[in-house]
Amino acid sequence: MAEYVIETAKGKWGIVVGLEIHCQIISKSKIFSGGSTEFGDEPNVNVSFVDAGMPGMLPTLNKECVHQAVKTGLGLNAKINKYSEFSRKNYFYADMPTDYQITQFRYPIVGEGEITVDLSDGTNKKIGIERMHIEQDAGKSIHDLSPTKSYIDLNRAGVGLMEIVTKPDFRAPEEAGAFLRKLRSIVRYLGTCDGNMDEGSMRCDVNVSVRPFGSSELRSRCEMKNVNSVKFVMQAIENEAKRQIEIYENGGTIEQETRQFDPTTGQSKLMRKKEFAHDYRYFPEPDLPPLVLSDEYIADIKAEMIELPDAKKQRFVETMGLTPYDAMVLCENKEHAEFFEKAAQGHDAKKVANWMMSDFFAMLNKKRLDIAQSPVSAENLGRLVELISKEVISGKIAKDVFEIMSETGENPEKIVEEKGLKQVTDTSAIEAIINEVIASNPDNVAAYKNGKTNLAGWFVGQAIKMSQGKANPAIVNKLVREKLDK
Amino acid sequence: MAIDTHTVRRIAFLSRLKIEEEKIESTKEEFSKILNWIEELNEVNTDDVEPLISVNNTTLRMRDDEVTAGNCRAEILKNAPAAEYDYFAVPKVVE
Repeated sequence: MAEYVIETAKGKWGIVVGLEIHCQIISKSKIFSGGSTEFGDEPNVNVSFVDAGMPGMLPTLNKECVHQAVKTGLGLNAKINKYSEFSRKNYFYADMPTDYQITQFRYPIVGEGEITVDLSDGTNKKIGIERMHIEQDAGKSIHDLSPTKSYIDLNRAGVGLMEIVTKPDFRAPEEAGAFLRKLRSIVRYLGTCDGNMDEGSMRCDVNVSVRPFGSSELRSRCEMKNVNSVKFVMQAIENEAKRQIEIYENGGTIEQETRQFDPTTGQSKLMRKKEFAHDYRYFPEPDLPPLVLSDEYIADIKAEMIELPDAKKQRFVETMGLTPYDAMVLCENKEHAEFFEKAAQGHDAKKVANWMMSDFFAMLNKKRLDIAQSPVSAENLGRLVELISKEVISGKIAKDVFEIMSETGENPEKIVEEKGLKQVTDTSAIEAIINEVIASNPDNVAAYKNGKTNLAGWFVGQAIKMSQGKANPAIVNKLVREKLDK
Repeated sequence: MAIDTHTVRRIAFLSRLKIEEEKIESTKEEFSKILNWIEELNEVNTDDVEPLISVNNTTLRMRDDEVTAGNCRAEILKNAPAAEYDYFAVPKVVE
């Protein structure tokens, strides 16, 4: 794609960006305890003695979290490490009752990988994955219920997380946005994370640095914490790059620092400078021996892998005749892709795609419905397209039929039959209508014959209107011209 | 290895330990003694030797994904110096 450049009065700048994404693992219980992972319960009900950091409690690794992590690693086309280790990351914070987080440091469960992102101009870019490790989440602090106190809810403490670290491969805000969308799509397809950024089950930290455009140097970067929507990530990158450029152009320097993004202003403010960076003093977790996976275990999970968005997209393009863009839009969400496949079964796939991406999605948006709750079933959408393809109804009437379908959920064939909406293709009936239009508008006929030939469209419109939209437009078009030119 | 008073203060801060000003010097001496003793280990050549994670040669035991604990809020909050509205209440922490 066209390269992203920030141009100022003094020069041209490029950006270098990397992301760190925390994804909450979908599992019934927490990664090291039998506490429930349920979101939205009353405070502190889903807390076990392990999660509360009571003395003498021992962590036991949840099988399912390992399984989910390996599955995700395979979805990121990454190397699965048969040997990994847990470490303690030490820091004091009120929502961390043990005063350390169990994470993976030197030996993560997933190594290097790569995913392909789709950009708005139709091109692709490969983004490298540096690593992915598993760890426990912290509790939640609530700062706005009391002027003098913070309240701590440990329900989230101990929920399993996958932390995905990318290589610094992004050169434009759009690429980072596209990556997040693709990652969210992959974990949702796999069922390993629900990807809801607004509920915090997927959270993103953004590392940004700038450099003179075309240069390959790497300058100091600043990290923005918890930027929690695709839109905000792109906004945070853009604004942070501008901030850094302004400092450089005024003769200043950038020191590595951590910043807090404020979604209400789109700006960020300083959290801490490098000299106050946490000293985490990682050391191997004494309560958990290393995690060793067998080839057989990894092969079994490979065998469970389903078709992921990229493969599905390619299949839709190659075997169903969709454009790459249409295929990308339909494949981003697994339920959408499945609905489409079902609807397109035996019908004109390209037309089904067009209907889904226009009237159908517009209807769901308007009614604020999920695709699973759609009043129009996949089969009925397919039938509607078939009625158009077979010229039983015109595209215009089809919109009216669709309107009725989205209210009643009825089969379009039944609607067309009952309401008598079948297209009129009988030439003599159409001729009669056209004759009437011509007879009652002698002025326009004369004007046409005097060279205002674009009036033909007006005659077509009148004839179709008179047929209550049922006359086949192609036949009307042909006959109108024949008669006027006679 | 000699350790300076700056490092003593830093370690005390990281560990949230309060060391009285007049104890800094003596703590520094104690630290240095311990480190010197541990440094004897440096005499052993450990090139190409991976760090030992555990002396227990066991494999990791895993559990099934079942909810087996929780719903014990009263016990969980019992030791809290302050609890309000079923939350732990702590001095305001805003970073």
